[in-house]
Order: sequence, then C-alpha cells, then structure tokens
Amino acid sequence: MNYNFKFSALLPYTDDIVQGALLTLYLSVVTMCIGLMIGGVVAVGRNSPVAGIRVAARVYVEALRNTPLLVQLFIVFFGLPTLGIRFGANAAAIVALSLNVGAYAAEIFRAGIESIHRSQVESGRSLGLTAYQTFRHVVLFQAVKAVYPALASQFVLLLLATSVVSSIGATELFHEAAFIESRTFRSFEVYALITLSYLVMTLAFRGLFAGIYWAAFVRRPAR
Amino acid sequence: MIRDFDSGDVVYLLLAARWTVALVVSATLCGGVLGFVVAIARVVPVAPVRWLAIGYINLIQGTPLLGQLFALFFALPLIGITVDAWSAALVCMSIYASAFLGEIWRSGLQSVHQRQWEAGASLGLTYRQQLGHVVIPQALRISVAPTVGFLVQLVKDTSLAALIGFVELTRASQIISSATFSPLTVYTTAAAIYFVICFSLSQLSQVLEGRLHVTR
Repeated sequence: MNYNFKFSALLPYTDDIVQGALLTLYLSVVTMCIGLMIGGVVAVGRNSPVAGIRVAARVYVEALRNTPLLVQLFIVFFGLPTLGIRFGANAAAIVALSLNVGAYAAEIFRAGIESIHRSQVESGRSLGLTAYQTFRHVVLFQAVKAVYPALASQFVLLLLATSVVSSIGATELFHEAAFIESRTFRSFEVYALITLSYLVMTLAFRGLFAGIYWAAFVRRPAR
Repeated sequence: MIRDFDSGDVVYLLLAARWTVALVVSATLCGGVLGFVVAIARVVPVAPVRWLAIGYINLIQGTPLLGQLFALFFALPLIGITVDAWSAALVCMSIYASAFLGEIWRSGLQSVHQRQWEAGASLGLTYRQQLGHVVIPQALRISVAPTVGFLVQLVKDTSLAALIGFVELTRASQIISSATFSPLTVYTTAAAIYFVICFSLSQLSQVLEGRLHVTR
C-alpha cells in the first residue's frame, strides 16, 4: 500500500463541514417535526369510522414504507415538475423526507394507541375524570412512554437518511463531502471523515434521548 | 432525440430489478454468515470480544450507508484492490446487513431463557453443544420474522448502489428517465416494482410473526 493519508488537506474546509453538519441537523429536526404532524393525522385516519379515510391512510403508509427513499426523492424532485409542481433541492428534500418519516411515525403512533388498553380509559372515566382529564392524566403519559423509544430511534435513522438528499444537490453534510473531494481529490479521507462525523452525531443523539427517557420516565418526578 | 416511455422500457426496468434482487440475495448470504459471527460474538462470555462486536455494530448502524459505500469505494483501491461498482456494493451491503442481522439474531439468542442454558449444562453438554443443540434452534424460530422484515429495508437500501454507478433498478430508471424525459412515469414505475418486492416481503414477515407466535 503506497498511499499517504493526508487528513490535513481537509483542514481548510472545516467551516464547510460545520455548515453542512448544521444543515443536516436542521433538515432532520424540521422533517421530524413535520413528519410527526403527518404521522399523527394519518394514525388518527387509520382508526377513522369512514372507510375511505382508513384505506387512504393505509395506502399512504404502505406505499411510503415499501419504496426506497431515493426513488421517492426522485419522484418529488424530478417527477413532480412535469405536473408543474417545482421545488428547489432543499425544499424537495424536506418534502420527501417529511412524507417518508410521516409514514413511519404513523405506524409508531398506531402501535402506541393500540398498546393502551381500553380498560385504562374506562377506569379513568369511572373514577369521575372528564374525557380530557382521562386523556391528560391517564392516557398521555403511557402513550408518550410507549412511542418515545421508537420515535427516538426513528430520528437517528432520519439523521442518517438525510445523507441521501445530497444526490439531488441539497447542500447538507454529505454534499459538502462531494464538494471538498472535488477540490482536494482526497476521496477516501473526505468520505471517511464525513461518515465518521455522522457517527458522532448519532451517538450524541442516542445519549441525549436515553438521558431524556431516564429523566422523564424512569426517575419519574413527583407531581 | 427524445423517445417515449414504452413497454420496452418497463421490460428494461424489470430486467434491471434482477440486479436489485441479486444484490439483496448475495448480500443476505454473505451478510448472514458475517452476521452470525457478530451475533455469537455479542453473547460469548469473553468481554473484549463482546466490546469489539458492540463497536462494530455501533460503527455500522451509526453511520449512513451512503457514506460507507463511498468510503469503501475509494478505500479498496488504496489497498490495491480494484473494485467495480458491483463488488463495492456487494461488500458494503454485506457488512451493513451483518450488523443488523447480527443484532436481530443476538436478541433472538438472548430471548431464549437462561434456564435453557442451565438445563443443557446440567445434562453435561459443553458450551458449544448448548449453543448448537439447545439455544440456536430456538433462537432461529424467534428470529425468522424480524429477519424477513429487515430484508425489506435491505431491498430499499440497495437503491443507494445506484449512486456509485451500479446499474440496478434505481440506476436503470435514471438512465431511462434521461432518455425519455418522463421522470414521473419512470420513477413511479420503479417505485411500483420496489413496492411489489417489499410489500410481499413485509406481508410474509407478518404472516411468519403470527404463525411463530401462536405455536410458542
């Protein structure tokens, strides 16, 4: 092996890497928030008394969960403009990622709703709590506790999945890698470093989420 | 000249989907062997081996597959191995699959009750015999459904191989898309093909899950 590794060639691009990482975080947080909203609506839709809404919600969830994100991204970025709907790269990334996360969040919420036994609501009501009080004091805590771990790992998966949007030119962290490579020709160093910086972020978030879980659910504050 | 998207293109996409399937099958086989080693390494009573396995799993599950693909694609030539897109994709998807399959099978192994090990030991079985004759057969049953479920993820993730130039379903649709300039039709067709593969697998996973649950 006659290759001299030269990671120092990347030093002048520290700012670009930080910028890219910030945009990756921004994309992840924004799409997670939109995805949670979509997921909430769809999860409710899957239990709707109207058959049409139930079917539509199921089709959405299955279609998004059984096709690759990359193809969804191409449909949004390259396909929709033929119908006159145009997005910039970053906007298309947000649209595709949000729709994608929405489908997974919907399934997580549905499992969470199903995990709470009907008798919990009934016992709350029989103690004389109003519907709102039952929801607030009986259901909510259990529901959040049930969905939290799955949503936390979904966020980490999302953070990793954002790397895919570099392929349509959204300027997040992985896109910076291609940019720096084109300037330095240090392909391996660039991709190894960028890939590892995702590891730093995912480990940090896993630690953070575990800490929140511990603070909120294990060491339950007196109230 | 720009031509129309016709039935010939659908056939071309279907033929390209064979490469998607080939990649999934090969990566499952290679990744399965490696994943088996990872799963065993996670449960052996030697701490450094377990730490190594945990580090490996964290590294693979904590970094984007796309990054792994690119890093590997550029790293292998540095150690004198010239790679085509197929080998890079195969090696990468196998490593990726091994980390996930390893964890699935590890949790399968650990869900077999401790008493089963003890029962084996009290019958005079060695550690290897306990593992091979008592624990693994039971763990296999538990792991079948989540393993098939992971294959759905693997099928979808092979689309990333398109970005290093391996001509599977997604890359083929990029090619057709630029030839016909009807991206919406082309990518929707590709999505439909993925859907058929993935939906069948996820339904299969659910059926298996129900069936194996009842008999336990």
